[in-house]
Amino acid sequence: MSGDPKLERIAKGNALALCATGTWTASFAPSLERIVADAEKLAGSRQNIFIDVSEVSKLDTFGAWLIERLRRSLTQGAVEAQIAGLSANYASLVDEVRRVKANPVIDGSAVTISGMLEQIGRAVAGVVGTIASLVDMLGAVLAAGGRVLIHPRSFRLTSTVHHLEQVCWRAVPIIVLITFLIGCIISQQGIFHFRKFGADIFVVDMLGVLVLREIGVLLVAIMVAGRSGSAYTAELGSMKMREEIDALRTMGFDPIEVLVLPRMLALVLALPILAFLGAMAALYGGGLVAWLYGGVDPEAFLLRLRDAISIDHFIVGIVKAPVMAAVIGIVACVEGLAVQGSAESLGQHTTSSVVKGIFFVIVMDGVFAIFFASIGM
Amino acid sequence: MAAPEIQNPIIRVRDITVQFGATRVLDGLNLDVKRGEILGFVGPSGAGKSVLTRTIIGLVPKVAGRIEVFGVDLDASNTAQRRGVERRWGVLFQQGALFSSLTVRQNIQFPMREYLNVTQRLMDEITMAKLAMVGLKPEVAERFPSELSGGMIKRVALARALALDPDLVFLDEPTSGLDPIGAGDFDELVRTLQRTLGLTVFMVTHDLDSLYTACDRIAVLGNGKIIAAGSIADMQASQHPWLRQYFHGKRARAVMS
Repeated sequence: MSGDPKLERIAKGNALALCATGTWTASFAPSLERIVADAEKLAGSRQNIFIDVSEVSKLDTFGAWLIERLRRSLTQGAVEAQIAGLSANYASLVDEVRRVKANPVIDGSAVTISGMLEQIGRAVAGVVGTIASLVDMLGAVLAAGGRVLIHPRSFRLTSTVHHLEQVCWRAVPIIVLITFLIGCIISQQGIFHFRKFGADIFVVDMLGVLVLREIGVLLVAIMVAGRSGSAYTAELGSMKMREEIDALRTMGFDPIEVLVLPRMLALVLALPILAFLGAMAALYGGGLVAWLYGGVDPEAFLLRLRDAISIDHFIVGIVKAPVMAAVIGIVACVEGLAVQGSAESLGQHTTSSVVKGIFFVIVMDGVFAIFFASIGM
Repeated sequence: MAAPEIQNPIIRVRDITVQFGATRVLDGLNLDVKRGEILGFVGPSGAGKSVLTRTIIGLVPKVAGRIEVFGVDLDASNTAQRRGVERRWGVLFQQGALFSSLTVRQNIQFPMREYLNVTQRLMDEITMAKLAMVGLKPEVAERFPSELSGGMIKRVALARALALDPDLVFLDEPTSGLDPIGAGDFDELVRTLQRTLGLTVFMVTHDLDSLYTACDRIAVLGNGKIIAAGSIADMQASQHPWLRQYFHGKRARAVMS
């Protein structure tokens, strides 16, 4: 009895019987759809069409729906096609399916010029919105900082120290390693190209100025944005998803004060420290390569370095660090708190936190370069 | 178990032991589930009801014992056999476990897309049929799980569990977190679906109402074993202290009256 489903046509005078046999289940859905599509063409060919399902060995929702679909297309005008031979077991299933409304309307939105313009408009409005939300967060953090200054007891020291360990102490090895390597590479490239002009020793000037003013802090800020900015967004985002932030609010705590401020403070303290360590590691790496590869011995290197750089270079670099930390922290926290309910949203906001963080760090660096150039530092 | 051996059960669990570290959660547990019944599975919180469910489904490893579903020994089966079994069961997780990045329609169609070779049109129509079966409006189809209420999430999760027309459904606390009316509707829904689709239902529950209205048979878990199994009348007649408290406590009297 079981086996491939079939639909046999038996003409009885003016009437036509469609006898369904075999297994009408999901596993046979492709052939069932073909059979039903074929039979649908019979609509209107006879006065009276009925579907006989007494020989069906197995029926599930898929089969029941296809029979119902066939019945609906065979129904023409006032003459309704009937289903006959329904066993008690399957009658309720077919009844259930019969209640289903007509086909769902799934609108595929077409690509139109006005639609594209709308998207551009939305993107521009989105940029404005992003900047507004960053300023909003900056204000909220400063206000929370002010409140903490007035009531120092509400400051969360434990949390701040915990985050300081996460973003500063635990970041030291990777930051030092990478800046060391970058210092080595700058030095090697400098020596390789300067040697043609007999100017090997000037690599020390280049290394000192570049590392202290730009590379040290910029590289470290980019790494911190990738390492800690993403972590902040993911932490706050998953707390938002599980309604933990709403819970805080209902208990009368300000999430900015409890969650954002300690993180921001930790980052603002951590980045200058990391930038300093990174600059030292880069100078050390550069000096090592200058000695081993370029033949500049350590005493000559240090002597030249003392001539080439002043405290100004160091200050220019280190002043940027807390500002960049604040930018990274604000972007990360805004993105984290913007996470919606889904896992996909968490991923999107974490990505966008890192991308925006790095973008703003580089923009800030450019602004600082113009500023320091104009005040002559 | 003292009860007579059930012929040709849909789930046969023998001497299952599950251990987490030093704590033994299930200790030589035996259980049979009859074809076509709704089995209510109760026990104190933390007794291991969810653990047993997850062990049968294969999410929790067991130390010893044997599990047969549809007559297939899950440990001795090859990948194809296991796939075959998995295709014939549906699972409703406690929190729904809907995929948050997919719409309701995509969630329900997910198993169909993976296991069946059917056209998009048929999938859409079946999705609408399933949504109607679990009592949801067609408009819900394009929403994301984060835009649904708790009761709707349970219903959509049930629709997804039923997507492939399974023979067996596991429900892990289906009525928890629902209001009494919603829970009552859900029990009724499970009953109706069991009748229309010929399902076997394995339902972990805390809800006394569900036990009275929806379940054919009840199994009680305690101390890592089944301490009783039978009809609601058997449970009420039992002298086991926990069962007496459970079925004759204040809440039970309220339900019965």
